[in-house]
Amino acid sequence: MRELICIVCPRGCRLKINDKMMVTGNYCKRGETYARNEITKPMRMITSTVVIESKILDRLPVCTDKPIPKEQIFAVMEAINQVVVKAPIKIHDVIIENVLNLGVNIIATRTVEI
Amino acid sequence: MMNYDLVVIGGGSAGLASAISAFDQGVKKILILEKDLYLGGILLQCIHNGFGLTKYKEELTGPEYADRYVNELKIRAIDFKVQTMVLKITPDLQVHFSNARDGYQIVQSKAIIMATGCSERTRGAINIPGDRVPGVLTAGLAQKYLNIDGYLVGKRIFILGSGDIGLIMARRMTLEGATVLGVAEIMPYSNGLSRNIVQCLQDFNIPLFLKHTVKRIIGKHHLEKIVVAEVDDHFNFVSGTEREWEVDTLMLSVGLIPSIPLIENIGVLVNPKTKGPLVDESFMTSIPGLFACGNALHVHDLVDFVSLEAEKTGLAVARYLNDSLKQDYKLLKTQAGKDLLYVLPNTVNLNNLERINFNFRVSRPLYDSYLNIIVNGKLLKKIKKAFMLPAEMESIELATSLLEEGVLEIEVADA
Repeated sequence: MRELICIVCPRGCRLKINDKMMVTGNYCKRGETYARNEITKPMRMITSTVVIESKILDRLPVCTDKPIPKEQIFAVMEAINQVVVKAPIKIHDVIIENVLNLGVNIIATRTVEI
Repeated sequence: MMNYDLVVIGGGSAGLASAISAFDQGVKKILILEKDLYLGGILLQCIHNGFGLTKYKEELTGPEYADRYVNELKIRAIDFKVQTMVLKITPDLQVHFSNARDGYQIVQSKAIIMATGCSERTRGAINIPGDRVPGVLTAGLAQKYLNIDGYLVGKRIFILGSGDIGLIMARRMTLEGATVLGVAEIMPYSNGLSRNIVQCLQDFNIPLFLKHTVKRIIGKHHLEKIVVAEVDDHFNFVSGTEREWEVDTLMLSVGLIPSIPLIENIGVLVNPKTKGPLVDESFMTSIPGLFACGNALHVHDLVDFVSLEAEKTGLAVARYLNDSLKQDYKLLKTQAGKDLLYVLPNTVNLNNLERINFNFRVSRPLYDSYLNIIVNGKLLKKIKKAFMLPAEMESIELATSLLEEGVLEIEVADA
């Protein structure tokens, strides 16, 4: 038995899911799907910054272009923290291609012209 | 002296959306004044995702959301000045500003939109006793230091207040290698979105202490430790529950207040609940031609709603400037009833609109309850709500033909 807070909508139902994948405490059907996915393979988006050499900014905001497995969060952060980029950078430029072979790119979320 | 039809103060989400909307409705000469180096406002430091779900049906980060609006702005003939500080506004709609290039300037405008956002409540606002040491700062400031400037403000962190910025920073500091020991919330429920409780606290095993607050701040040259204790239903400390935490940073996420010092001292009437100006259905304050929207009007939880409100404000400004706002009044005042904190707008001239949105916030979490819409003491409508939370702004739209002159009250009822 595990307890979860559903994040599908702001109601925040307190869900319980047992070993047979039976979900209780959900107000609507979507809570059931959420709980099953969250138990089998929790995925998360990561947003962070990398160092940028630019005339106007010191940090460039970046983001994964797809969710990554939750247990890879700190490994991906470590890869992100190794990077130094140079302006100009355009929004959605790939900063790290296929990070840790996860099939996910780290992309810029801001344009820095100079 | 420069002349404009509309001066927008603030180039964040509210300022950009209201200027674009006013321009598209035919307002010709618009000037945006922004104090920071770039347009985009607070979105630029909110590098996390979750923005745009209502407006764009996709999940964007703050800088991406800002980028869309800045691009929209730049394809229109709208003037803007960055690194520009507005020093004074007068009741006859002059704006005094200064910057390095233009020096001290005065603009005469026909309309002004206050899109100045909000500011964070500080230690002084909640009177935490103890030593006055460095290491105590607001979560939004720590966010700017980390995400824009690249400085981590501390290694061992405690967070007071479970507002969304506090939760987001708990995750962000953890990802960057700091240890977040806990989050204390004085209320019996969190003020943040539930997905932030899950993805920012539970993912990293950060404990949330409900009905707890900081009792004392201790340190000689820098913050050394804090005392956290439980409170009872009347917010008095429960003796024997004190616990010391050795920390180098206490981060505060204890609420936001509209930032409107520019207009408070020229006699604009302020709503004591929202701490923003009183406005009518056109988002116009008690000074004719002076409008307000976004977090300068009332603090929003989602930027999408800031954009939508600002678009309506731009439209209202256009109608004001071409004299199409009705001068004959059919006046409806609004009132917050049981379990409501506030209702906006404060007054409505029913002749001006066919449909009107009332925005409001409840004062405590409510499940399976009803909203009563009462006009002049008579029940107009009863709406069933599965849940309402203080952290989520509520909105209802009504046809003005259903309404009449007098007072509209919204209250929560059990059945």
